[in-house]
Amino acid sequence: MATEVETHAYDVIVIGAGGAGLRAAIAAHDAGAKTAVICKSLLGKAHTVMAEGGIAAAMGNLWPEDNWKVHFRDTMRGGKLLNHWRMAELHAKEAPERVWELEQWGALFDRTPEGLISQRDFGGHRYARLAHVGDRTGLEMIRTLQQRAVALGIDVFMECTVTALLKDGDRMAGAFGYWRETGRFVCFESPAVVLATGGIGKSWKVTSNSWEYTGDGHALAMKAGAGLVNMEFVQFHPTGMVWPPSVRGILVTESVRGDGGVLKNSDGERFMFNYIPEFFKAETADTIEEADRWYTDKKNNRRPPELLPRDEVARAINSEIKAGRGSPHGGVFLDIASRRSAEYIQKRLPSMYHQFKELAQVDITKDAMEIGPTCHYVMGGVEVDPDSGESKVTGLYAAGEVAGGMHGANRLGGNSLGDLLVFGKRAGEYAARYAANLAGSGPVVHADDLEAAATEALAPFSTEGGENPYSVHQELQTVMQNLVGIIRNEEELNTAIKEIDSLRRRIDHLSVEGHRQYNPGWNLAIDLKNMLLVSEAVAKAALERKESRGGHTRDDYPMTDYSYWGKRNLICELAENGEVRTREQPLPEPPPELAELLEEH
Amino acid sequence: MTYDLKLRIWRGDAKGGALQDFTVPVDDGEVVLDAVHHVQALRAGDLSVRWNCKAGKCGSCSAEINGRPRLMCMSRLSDFPKDEPITITPMRTFPVIKDLVTDVSFNYVKAAEVLAFTPTAEQPKAPFRMAQVDVERSQEFRKCIECFLCQDVCHVVRDHEENKQAYAGPRFFLRYAELDMHPNDALDRKKLAQEERGLGLCNITKCCTEVCPEHIKITDNAIIPMKERVVDVKYDPIRFLRRKPKAKV
Repeated sequence: MATEVETHAYDVIVIGAGGAGLRAAIAAHDAGAKTAVICKSLLGKAHTVMAEGGIAAAMGNLWPEDNWKVHFRDTMRGGKLLNHWRMAELHAKEAPERVWELEQWGALFDRTPEGLISQRDFGGHRYARLAHVGDRTGLEMIRTLQQRAVALGIDVFMECTVTALLKDGDRMAGAFGYWRETGRFVCFESPAVVLATGGIGKSWKVTSNSWEYTGDGHALAMKAGAGLVNMEFVQFHPTGMVWPPSVRGILVTESVRGDGGVLKNSDGERFMFNYIPEFFKAETADTIEEADRWYTDKKNNRRPPELLPRDEVARAINSEIKAGRGSPHGGVFLDIASRRSAEYIQKRLPSMYHQFKELAQVDITKDAMEIGPTCHYVMGGVEVDPDSGESKVTGLYAAGEVAGGMHGANRLGGNSLGDLLVFGKRAGEYAARYAANLAGSGPVVHADDLEAAATEALAPFSTEGGENPYSVHQELQTVMQNLVGIIRNEEELNTAIKEIDSLRRRIDHLSVEGHRQYNPGWNLAIDLKNMLLVSEAVAKAALERKESRGGHTRDDYPMTDYSYWGKRNLICELAENGEVRTREQPLPEPPPELAELLEEH
Repeated sequence: MTYDLKLRIWRGDAKGGALQDFTVPVDDGEVVLDAVHHVQALRAGDLSVRWNCKAGKCGSCSAEINGRPRLMCMSRLSDFPKDEPITITPMRTFPVIKDLVTDVSFNYVKAAEVLAFTPTAEQPKAPFRMAQVDVERSQEFRKCIECFLCQDVCHVVRDHEENKQAYAGPRFFLRYAELDMHPNDALDRKKLAQEERGLGLCNITKCCTEVCPEHIKITDNAIIPMKERVVDVKYDPIRFLRRKPKAKV
């Protein structure tokens, strides 16, 4: 081709260096594959670092009654039974081993009095189940995996963005991208590609997600011919900061509620008791007294309604604010100050204490926090084989947030970190196995594909007088926030789809200033394409699913429809004309012995 | 309340550069990183800056604000006078790539030199039994978000390029201390830190502790105890014999 491209050859490349990516790379390396990790930021900065609460794993350290079956049941019920049962099963069974593995590699979790890994309460989990380190569990996890990957000598390509997947016929052949530092192109020849790119939250205005969360993996997979599942389900975390404006959306960990915090409206009422849904009535406390007793006696009391799954709590907060019972800055109150000692709060929630003190000048040991829902996580993602993580495209794997199916319609807190470890390891292993079995019949990268990818990436430099990518990004965020938010309806979703379509036409005419070296404007122009494609998928799937369930609420279809939509997934694929098309697909049914578990209370 | 803020941001690359003036509308509750983002969106789309979480948890947006090493996301505009410009320059200890982005690969080289956690023969396989009180010291050090501000401010390397080869820096003394104080680690990290990683070059001026956004007491809790232990091991034969046996490095 005309421009020379730096080329590297590997057996397995992993795109993304968060929990799933690093765990996949370690697994692929351990299986004997020549492995590389490619990441948009520096190593150790991925979004996993923001995870606070813990890793859900039924180790039974505090409650011997806990086991994988209870965890499986909690996960499926939390996901409103739309999860892929096999993923929920594998996750519940394998999470404890994955946590102990981190300890083996140097992680230092908080301890029980007996010296075992301590476990904390979280929404939707019957027992205290989350292995944690204060409220900075994600940092501990990423540091442990990062240090392990470095010790193993795995190659890491930092600040390197993949813009296209390369195929040879129907198989994966590698990936094409650019170095942020120089803007120069780079090609990775690799028969196996593991996507571990995380989520899509940067398309919303109020979000807990960082600039990296532009749905790259979701878009790359669709363009390569894979399908996305569950894309209509977006999790709005009930507790994000609301004030000052600069921090709007930043996560406030669910551990605040797990450790005794409660939600109150402007009348001082613990309003969650008014929002207990039928589905969870049997397992939720209906008086303040019972709820408060639960923290110390789980056998004889039911869980406080503040610890319902996140979708329920987010909707309740949304309703309170709409009813005019919100806090001064448009949230509600999260109060732990009046319920736990200052010492306890500082010990259990040091990072929340620090965050509120320094960014909002609020002392959470003295005053209530103001919080409101924030876009946090996408349940939807690449449709994969549960055991191997392989997508419909041979050689293309996905793990972590970019993969779909595990969490169904709503993810329980703590199940994300477990998901990263369990399915990261599986995807890495299977990718390595696939690459090893090719022996001499591997795919080849085609020069014209490189040429096309390079031309597409450079397009914004050749347009003069076009639009500013930052303004288009802000417009997309406004569309998604206002029209594809927590509560949706047909009219708004149709408007959103039209708006996204017109934004998509506009991004063909973006202009960027400067040159290719470390140019955030250019980088954003490239990421925007992914954001628009993924936003289109979310809006179209949301329009199609005519019911309310988990992270998808339609005020024109407020009921959960068990007989029709409860048995169907929506798959998003890329049509010939470049638009996203949805199709229905039957939901896989669990075998009888697992189905039985779901009925137990 | 919205007002116009004057910023002076260093722009340039390895070949050179200069401060450039910008004025952008900002809001009272915003932080320096917000102001930089306004500059990107409104004035200079190609202004280079690293950031990720915007909540003081990832340690990406390190820079020198009015000469002081800080995280831009944790520097509230309300802490600065409204009528004076805020000057933002890249971390000085590391080579500039472009604008506020520096080449921090020094730190990744030093990270690769650390010998991994190695469990003791008594408890070779997780799950380990460890008491909370015994893991707490190392847990403090594991709060490190790798913003590298301590590395930036440390005068052993800030003003002496020639020391970079032999000196791991505060962030990695923290790491050696963390492993040394890990209740189930078998290796002797003290000797390694002292003899091969330059612990002896640190003369405990505590600059690193002052700039740490996580408020880790780097000097008092990590570096000084490591230095003291090195001395104990080297010069106190009785104490040497009493120490818990550790596997050879």
